[in-house]
Parts: sequence; structure tokens; C-alpha cells
Amino acid sequence: MNVIVGLEIHCQLDTKTKLFCGCSTDYRTDGPNTHVCPVCLGLPGSLPVLNRKAVEYALRVAKALHCTVPEESVFARKNYFYPDLDKGFQITQYDKPLAVSGYLDIEGDEGEKRVRITRVHMEEDPGRLVHKGGTDRPRYSLVDYNRAGIPLIEIVTEPDLRSPKEARRFLNKLRATLEYLGVFDSEKEGSLRVDANISIEGSERVEIKNITSYKGVEKALTFEVTRQKNALRRGQKIVRETRHFVEARGVTTSARSKEMEQDYRYFPEPDLCPLRVADWVDGIVLPELPDARRQRFMDQYGLSLIHARTLTGDLRLAEFYEKVAGTDPALAATWVADTLLGELNYRDMSISSVPPDVFSGLLSLVRARVITDRNGVDVLRVLLDELKEKGTCESPEACVERLGLRALPADSAGGDDPVTKAAREALAENPRAVEDYQNGRKEALNFLVGQVMRKTRGCAKPADVNRVLVSLLGKGA
Amino acid sequence: MAEGTLTFSPDDRYNAFLRTVSPARYGEGRLSGVPVAVKDNISTAGIETTCGSRILSGYVPPYDATVITLLKKAGAAIVGKTNMDEFGMGSTTENSAFGPTKNPRDETRVPGGSSGGSAAAVAAGLVPLALGTDTGGSIRCPAAFCGIVGLKPTYGRVSRYGLVAYANSLEQIGPMAADVAHVSLLMSVIAGHDPKDSTSLDAPYAHTPSPDIRGTRIGVPEEFFGEGVDPRVASVVWDAISLLERKGAEIVTCRMPSMAYALAAYYVTCMSEASSNLARYDGVRYGPPADVRKPWHEAFQERRREGFGLEVRRRIMIGTFSLSSGYYGKYYAKAQAARQNVRKDFRRLFAEVDVIAGPTMPTVAFRFGEKSDPLSMYLSDILTVPANLAGIPAISVPCGKVEGLPVGLQIMGRWLEDERVIDVAYAYEQGANP
Ligand SMILES: [Zn+2]
Repeated sequence: MNVIVGLEIHCQLDTKTKLFCGCSTDYRTDGPNTHVCPVCLGLPGSLPVLNRKAVEYALRVAKALHCTVPEESVFARKNYFYPDLDKGFQITQYDKPLAVSGYLDIEGDEGEKRVRITRVHMEEDPGRLVHKGGTDRPRYSLVDYNRAGIPLIEIVTEPDLRSPKEARRFLNKLRATLEYLGVFDSEKEGSLRVDANISIEGSERVEIKNITSYKGVEKALTFEVTRQKNALRRGQKIVRETRHFVEARGVTTSARSKEMEQDYRYFPEPDLCPLRVADWVDGIVLPELPDARRQRFMDQYGLSLIHARTLTGDLRLAEFYEKVAGTDPALAATWVADTLLGELNYRDMSISSVPPDVFSGLLSLVRARVITDRNGVDVLRVLLDELKEKGTCESPEACVERLGLRALPADSAGGDDPVTKAAREALAENPRAVEDYQNGRKEALNFLVGQVMRKTRGCAKPADVNRVLVSLLGKGA
Repeated sequence: MAEGTLTFSPDDRYNAFLRTVSPARYGEGRLSGVPVAVKDNISTAGIETTCGSRILSGYVPPYDATVITLLKKAGAAIVGKTNMDEFGMGSTTENSAFGPTKNPRDETRVPGGSSGGSAAAVAAGLVPLALGTDTGGSIRCPAAFCGIVGLKPTYGRVSRYGLVAYANSLEQIGPMAADVAHVSLLMSVIAGHDPKDSTSLDAPYAHTPSPDIRGTRIGVPEEFFGEGVDPRVASVVWDAISLLERKGAEIVTCRMPSMAYALAAYYVTCMSEASSNLARYDGVRYGPPADVRKPWHEAFQERRREGFGLEVRRRIMIGTFSLSSGYYGKYYAKAQAARQNVRKDFRRLFAEVDVIAGPTMPTVAFRFGEKSDPLSMYLSDILTVPANLAGIPAISVPCGKVEGLPVGLQIMGRWLEDERVIDVAYAYEQGANP
């Protein structure tokens, strides 16, 4: 039972002003209806004037997705009633979109994969309803038009994706591409919304509407795959319908069939002239995109494909890595990709909250063996906790000193260094393990190493401990 | 004149005004201290703007339409908002939610519409200048019925910013006055490029009317004197055209076959656009609020059913229908094709003639209630809608009377040749009133 998935992705373009008026798009921290004017309120008599920058941004996306930009594209009205809709219609593009027939290469379930892009078009965001008096049965709703008129692009894929995981990877790659282009900020709340079409080969298609997070897309699709497969196994038919994703419960629920029958009565927007911007495309110079950067990371820093892919999969992460790569790019790659990301994820923190110089400082301490790898992780955790709590943190050096985590010296001539001392203690306390070792059970050594590490609170370098123990055991002590 | 205020207390016995402003402020400039009446579908900051509809009662725009800004800059005093068919939908001003306007030339007759209030205000001598709007003849029809001059400019020459939309692709704001010179003067104030209107053209108007029309070729399409045109009106208009010939113009009879579909194309287009434009009046933002205890779609329906008049509801319904999937191709798309044919016809004619002349309206002003059947009312727009479909300039100038009621001569010109249209109308006016 093959799974077939196509996506429609709505992204807010990160312009300074709205799509058809001069209002600022920086509304998230301000009160309701403070970023509005006659145009985005849809007051009678107001007229839209297209934001040139938004068109440029959309064309950047079109070019990066290898789309064709037709000679002429046309804005259209999508007519429907809804309380958040200021004009009773949304200005969008319909049968003549800005760009068509592109693609985006992703890492698919079976290696590199080309996902075809059907179209990219521009439209305006509607306002937002704020429900008051209980979430289950709100007593009333208020309308906030701050969001009305924020420029969106809608990117529609062909049904080329074959699993929820592939859909997620596509989204990640698309997000990275849009951020590299400088047209999108994924950290802004509500900046991305996804509709997903999913079917099991040979059955009807189901549309899941308005998924608002990256993880949500994979979750919703996974739920749908299971639901549809189970239904088919029981001999039921899949009905063609629209479903909503309930993020909190991780399930999709059937929307009223009415919503599917909606007739939007599209017609060309008479207040805007047809858009003729095909000749702008040549003038657009694209920045380095994720694939190119990935290759450069491998060439310039000698990174593995896996590390390079991880580190370039997010613009901020890639930029962070380049700031801390410094003298030891390989060490930095391991620490950023394998350690830091996990710790950030665990704390639900973003890479932007980590000052690169702090992290560089920590890497220098590890590289100079001032602290052990293990204690390096501990220091990192302490620093991240501080950052999460206060937004700032002490220097890695200060943290090492405060916690007394400086690596211990070994190999002193007289054998009275802390590592040798601890090793002797461990051997004395564990005669059984010593005996096992002498009888050829080499794994007993690991147990003894662990004991020494505990005694030194991780401040002994594992290589030192190993060497000292082997040497002592060899002497028959 | 310097800045100041003027008292405006007209004897509005014809119900030309929905509201007046007194004292009205004015500034310095070419129109300093000149009272100007403004049709009630043009947004005026701080002055209620209802479009003759109950659904907008109480709506006070927070901004001025561009034409209002220009009038104020020229020193004019905005003295009131004039009555109109609700949202411009009508040719008699009987469709106003606030009662009809009477024709100052004969109180038993309509002033025409939908800019009937503006025409009546000028005809009654209450103001020297007024702004109207013309979607399918709404300036020219009342100008003809009330015996004044009204110009529908080239589409794009006057900013629509602040004009409450009825049918965006067809309508223009235009000047109305007792004579051509004043129409030309008002046009010179309101025309010009406006960055707030994406369909606005960079074509300012700075013209002084000239009566010299020697060598001007005037086309007279047979269709403008066809079925439905009162022969007495036709005869008066032919007399006017003969006068223009005596002034040195050359008369060329011609044909305009696209007229057969013009009216249908016009009504499908304007109703479709209207059904979308008027969707915003849902009780959330304007007029009496929707009942929040009901589900929103029920509350919207109720508000719209009560707030809109019969003709507006009729046009919204037909427009919604013609945009529906399955019917779009049959109606809206066909209407656009027919519209292209009208444009082509004009292009072909204007390769041979400089202007086209004919009657503005097929008859003189109707009696109240005479056009209660909507179809017969729509038919009366047949001679004015072609200019809107093609976006070309057209003027109506009084050219005589039938049974004591004014008749309008319509002059249509090439795209952006508003000046020539003005000159021909001026030549007629000067020749008829030496
Ligand atoms: Zn705005």
C-alpha cells in the first residue's frame, strides 16, 4: 500500500510592510488592530497597491525552486464569508500564478529525490479571530486585523512524496531554502501553515487543512496513513474529504462536508494590473543555498556528509558553525552536530540563544584538554541552563573553575599524581576485578576505569586512566 | 481668497443632499471658497458616507478620497453629500434608502441616476460644481435628465481611491456643472496620477476648452438611433449634430455591431464585481452590528437581508450566480469577450473618426415609478454603457428639449482624449447659446 503525499505550504514573507499597504508587519508583540490602515482593514473605497519587495521575495523563491515565471500573472479574488476576512474576499492568484513547474531536491527515503513544484503564488493573509470566554465553547470572538495583508506565498508540490517522513524532510529543506534566501523567518509564530493531501495508492485523496508546525505535518500524516490503511484492511472505502488536524491530540477529524463544497467564485482582481515580472528573474542573484553550502562544508572543513547535511540544514546553525569552526573544524562539527543540538532540543532552545564566543571558549578548553570531553558536556549543560534562565551565562573558564572540573594531571614521576592515586585505590578496593583481568578477562578493565572516573569526578582523561591502570596491573600491583 | 468658512443652508426641496456641511471650511487655491457637492459614495473624512444604503448608515470614513484631498488643496468647500441610488445601482435615484431625489426641471420626474443628487443640486443652482461617479452612465444620465453637463473621464484619469466600489473595472469619478467650462475646470482639479490607485494613469488634465472644431470627424452610429430611442429625442440630437457640422465638423454615419451585446456584457460585469465588493458589509464592521448570539453565517445573512435594498440584493444574487463554478464560462467570461468586442469596435471607428456622437439617453426623464420593472430600467442604459466597457471618455451636454424636458447630447472620444470631447461639447454649447 503505497502512500502518496502532496503539500500546499503557506509561508509569510518576511517583508517590512504588508502586501498591499504600508503597514508594518512587525505586529506580534503589539496590541490588536495597531498595525492597520484603510487598505488592510478593507475600508470602503480603499485600493490595494502591490508591494514591490514582496514580489522580489516571491521571485527569489521561484528562482531557487527552479520555476518558470510566465510573462504575465494575475491576481484574483477568492470570495468567501468569514468574520476574519476584512473585504469578504482574499486577494490571491488563481489560474495565472507567479511561477510554475519547479523542483526541490531532498534526501528521500531511498536517497536523493527530486520533488516537483507545481506552482508558487502570492496572496494576502486574512485577519485573526481571538476567541473569548472558554476554548471549547467561546462566548464571543474578537477580530484582530494586524495580520490582515501580511504577504504569503503558497507553494504547491506535485504528489511526489511517499511517506510522512519524506514530507517532513521536504519541509525542512524548503524552510532552510527560504531562510537562506532571506525571505522567511521560521521562528516567527504562525509564519508557516501547511495543507497536506494524502492517499493510499488506488484510493480517494484526503486533505488535511491548516497544520501549523513542522512536527505537526509528520504527525498528522502518520495518523492518516494508519487510519486509512486500517480502514482499507477492514474493507472500508476512503471518502474524499477535508480533515482538520487536532495538534493537541495528534489526530485528524472530519470537517463538515460543507467546507469542501465551498465555491470561491474566483475572478481577476480589477483593482490590480496584471503582473509582468518575468524579466526581473535574470537580475536576481541567489545567495549560497543549502546544497552548495553543504558541499562547501565538506570541501572547506573536511566534514562528513552527515555532519555537513545537519549543519547546513538550518541557516542559523550553519552560520553558528562557521563562527565556531575556528582552529578545529572537525571537533567543532562533532560538538555542534552531535552534542549541542541534542542539548538545545532537550531544553527547547534555539541556536540563536547561544553566544558563539562562549561555545568557542568551551571548544578551546576541550581541545587543549583543560577539561575532559565528559566534563565539557557537563559545563555545556550548566551554561545552557543559565542561558535559558537568564539569557546570559558565565564564561566557560569561570564555570570550570567554579565547579572544579579542570582535568587532573597524570604520569607524575613519583606516582603521586591524583590519577595514579585514584587508580591504586580502585585496584585495592576491587581485588576480584583485578583477578579477573589477570585471568584474561580484559573487560574487567572497563569496570576499573569506571571506578577511577568516579573517584576523580570525571576530571581524569580516560586515556590517562587506561594507561595508568594497564601499567599498574602489568606491574602486578 | 484666503482661508475661511462659508455657511451652506440650501433650500433642498428636491432632496438632493443626504447631509450638508455648514459652516464649510475652505482654503486658498483655484477653487477657493467654491462650494462643491460630493456624491455619497466618495469617502470624506469625518463626514458620514452611506452610498445611499442603510447598511452603511453611521459609517464615517477616517480618510479622504484622493479627489477630496485634491479639492481641498484647490481651496474648495465640501458642502454636502448628495443622494444616489444605493451603491450606484440604478438610473433614477429612486433606489436610495433615504428617499428619491426630484428633478428640478419637473418635480414629477426622476433626476436620473445614480448621481441624481449631484445633478439636481447643480440644476437647482444650489452648488456650481459637483462630483458624480459613472459606472454605466451614472454621471451622463442625470446630467441629461436635469439639463446640465457631466463628464465621465477616461478610465484611470481620475483616482478611484476612496470611491466606494460598485464595479471597479467600469467606474470613474467625474465632474458635473451647469456648463462645459466649469466641468473642464473641475476636471483639471481632480485628474492626475495617484500612486494609491494601481489603475491610475499619469495623465493630468490642464485644458482650456476651445470651440474650434473645424475638421473634426464625428461618427454617428446607427445603433444610437435604433429601437427604443424616442424619435423626438433622436430628432433633437440630430439637430445638435447638424449644428456641429455647421461649425466645421464632418459627419460620418457608421455602425457599431457590438452594441447588441454591450448591455448584457455591462450588467454581467458590474453585477459580478458588485457581488464581491459588497461582501464586506456583513455586520462585523459597518452599520448596525450582526447579532452575535447567532452563528456567524446566520447573523451575516440576516444583516445583509435587512441592510441592502431590493435592487442591491438582486444584483448581488445575479452577480454571485454569474461567477459560480459551472456558470463563470457562460456568463462572466462571455461578458469579458463581449467587452473586448466593444473595445474593438471603438478602435475600428476611432481610426476613421475623432469622436462619436449620439443621444445620452433614449428618452427624457422618467416619471417616478415608471421604470419599476428592472429590465426596462436596465435597457435605458444602452447608450451610456459602451463608453464604460471601453474605458473611453464621454460627456453629456444639454442640446434642447422635448416637451419642456432636457435632452443630452453624448460625445465619446478616444482613450485619453477627454480634451477633445470637452472641446466638441463646448463648441456645441457656444454655438447653441451664442
Ligand atoms: Zn495597512
